[in-house]
Amino acid sequence: MSPITRRSRRATAAIAATGALALVLTACSSGSGGGSADDAESAVEEGGTITVWAWDPTLESVAADFEEANPGVEVDIVNAGTGNDQYTALQNAIAAGSGVPDVAQIEFYALPQFALSEALTDLSSYGADELDGTFTPGPWDAVTQGDGVWALPTDSGPMALFYNKRVFDEHGIAVPTTWDEYVEAARALHAADPGTYITNDTGDAGFTTSIIWQSGGRPYQVDGTDVTIDFSDEGTQRFATTWQQMLDEDLVAPVTSWSDEWYQGLADGSIASLVIGAWMRGNLETSVESASGDWAVAPMPQWEAGEQVTSENGGSSLAIPAASENQDLAWAFLEYATAGDGIATRVAEGAFPATVAELEADDFTQQEFEYFGGQKVNEVLAESAANVAEGWTYLPFQVYANSIFNDTVGKAYVSGTTLTDGLSAWQDASVTYGKDQGFTVSE
Amino acid sequence: MTTTSLPVAGHKPPVGAPSSPPARRRRRSWAGWGFVGPFMAVFALVFLAPIAYSIYLSLFRTQMVGGTRFVGLENYGRAFSDPQFWEALGRVALFLVVQVPIMLGIALLVALALDSGRLYGKAFFRISIFLPYAVPAVVATLMWGFMYGTRFGLVGNINDAFGISLPNPLSPDLVLASIGNIVTWEFVGYNMLIFYSALRVIPTSLYEAAELDGAGQWRVITAIKLPAIRGALVIATIFSIIGSFQLFNEPSILQALAPNAITTYFTPNLYAYSLSFSGQQYNYSATVAIIMGVVTMIVAYVVQLRGMRKEA
Repeated sequence: MSPITRRSRRATAAIAATGALALVLTACSSGSGGGSADDAESAVEEGGTITVWAWDPTLESVAADFEEANPGVEVDIVNAGTGNDQYTALQNAIAAGSGVPDVAQIEFYALPQFALSEALTDLSSYGADELDGTFTPGPWDAVTQGDGVWALPTDSGPMALFYNKRVFDEHGIAVPTTWDEYVEAARALHAADPGTYITNDTGDAGFTTSIIWQSGGRPYQVDGTDVTIDFSDEGTQRFATTWQQMLDEDLVAPVTSWSDEWYQGLADGSIASLVIGAWMRGNLETSVESASGDWAVAPMPQWEAGEQVTSENGGSSLAIPAASENQDLAWAFLEYATAGDGIATRVAEGAFPATVAELEADDFTQQEFEYFGGQKVNEVLAESAANVAEGWTYLPFQVYANSIFNDTVGKAYVSGTTLTDGLSAWQDASVTYGKDQGFTVSE
Repeated sequence: MTTTSLPVAGHKPPVGAPSSPPARRRRRSWAGWGFVGPFMAVFALVFLAPIAYSIYLSLFRTQMVGGTRFVGLENYGRAFSDPQFWEALGRVALFLVVQVPIMLGIALLVALALDSGRLYGKAFFRISIFLPYAVPAVVATLMWGFMYGTRFGLVGNINDAFGISLPNPLSPDLVLASIGNIVTWEFVGYNMLIFYSALRVIPTSLYEAAELDGAGQWRVITAIKLPAIRGALVIATIFSIIGSFQLFNEPSILQALAPNAITTYFTPNLYAYSLSFSGQQYNYSATVAIIMGVVTMIVAYVVQLRGMRKEA
């Protein structure tokens, strides 16, 4: 049994012990529409229990702190799966109308899907709309759609170049600052040691869309239920042409991210760099311990020399499902975790924040990381967060679209199909699905 | 007639009343239901209700925009013209005609070898060939998946050790064969056990008679052993057909290692799963499941008819 299940058992026992009074109070404070900040305050005073579905490990401490600061409040953190598994469970709970959590962790790319189907509570009435400026532009864009604020960001993934400095130095290769230099470096590295690749890629929807985002491509346009999908724009083609060279010349390791082979490659230097979200810092420290001292972080390679444009890769938020029965208390916790004292706790445990104040704080940017040879890694990452290109939108059915990425674009990795053709097949399949689901889709 | 049927039901016809056939039949059916009822209730709940619910689901369509509406047989029409569904069905059909004969052939060979009594250490071979069946399919697939790895796996090690370059077992062209290899490894022992147990119940007097007639081992196999275990062969074939059409675990797990070789519609079951869990298309997913159920039933029934006809 996982510690989480045990924890919720204990919590259940506690509720039973506090008896009917607590239940009555919980019932009183429940509301179907969004309440106000005052409602949330009184809900905290009354106490009660909320269930949070999240896989972010740092939320455990946040919940403990929140419970300590607010006697009578119980926060059950339940790990209902990571990413897609959790969305499926959440989707099912919402469809069934029972067992819906009070707070759910939802990644940015999946948020539009839940927001559009009116499965989430608009947080504006609690004053969430006044938090504009508290968060960096990328994450804030992701949680606001139409005139609503559907979630608040917990972490963000501004992209940067994580590279194995030892391998780069060994072969005398300069750190690339543009994508053209990156391709050159890939050739030089692979020529110097055929067992070494500059990076791995077997077709990753998140990576592809993030690089297209940086390149200026805006393949998705969403206005309510009117959706445009077009992978033929200039930015997308710029990415496809460059990355096609990498595939044609076998310059990327055919290793799937998050596999055992991937971690081995990151540890032994045969996968020498990753252009990836800022959260990789913590992941390297904990999961690739043996390579401590090898890695360093540089700004994301640019499409034009001298530019400073970045994009986001991943990043999560906390939202309140519309079917939650204790929204006021849920908001109090959500606000504490994303915009209140909870941030400091999570940053201390390795999360990469999405709030401007934390990103600009000296003790954050000036922190020296032993794993990265004493480099002030956060300085580079915070810089990236400030330069995220605007105007990117995900599809309201991005979760499904990403799931069929390898059926279509994946062909470019294992056969003669080009990336451009693969992207066009992905576009067709996404358009078909969108129309099936009742959207007005144009190409 | 009354006397033979009524004591069982524990009723007697009213004295003097004309025992008209309709009345008798009604009383008899009530008593019968008393016995059959508990079974029928469980049967309906466990077997019929899920099927009925799937059929019900398959008649609707739920959209993210527009909600749920009744569409009749539209989902079935869509399935029949869905190239992804047919590709998946074609793939498992190919798997069926290639992998099942190989697997059953090996199983039969092993069973005959064990039964011949000429094998030294029979018990050891029997248990070690059966052992893979005891390994959960998920674990077996993970294990083979690691062995198939061309970088750090067994294939990679062989390549390094001999300086050769074996084809990647997880490439799109070979992945179906690689899955066939895993499934064969898993189920040879199971089928062997079915055949072996059928062979053990053949009366030894037949063998003695054959020996008296001067029949060789080969003649004994073709004239006595194979005809005697035909029923077991048919059963094992039907199980294997069902297993092939339901292929799911192996491709689903290998998908993480070879995402570009195993599509989300690699097998009909995987397709139904993807439609339901990442696509939220429960209705169409139910349709695919029902069509696959019917196809499996038809193929299994045809095989059974053929098998039984030979026996007659």
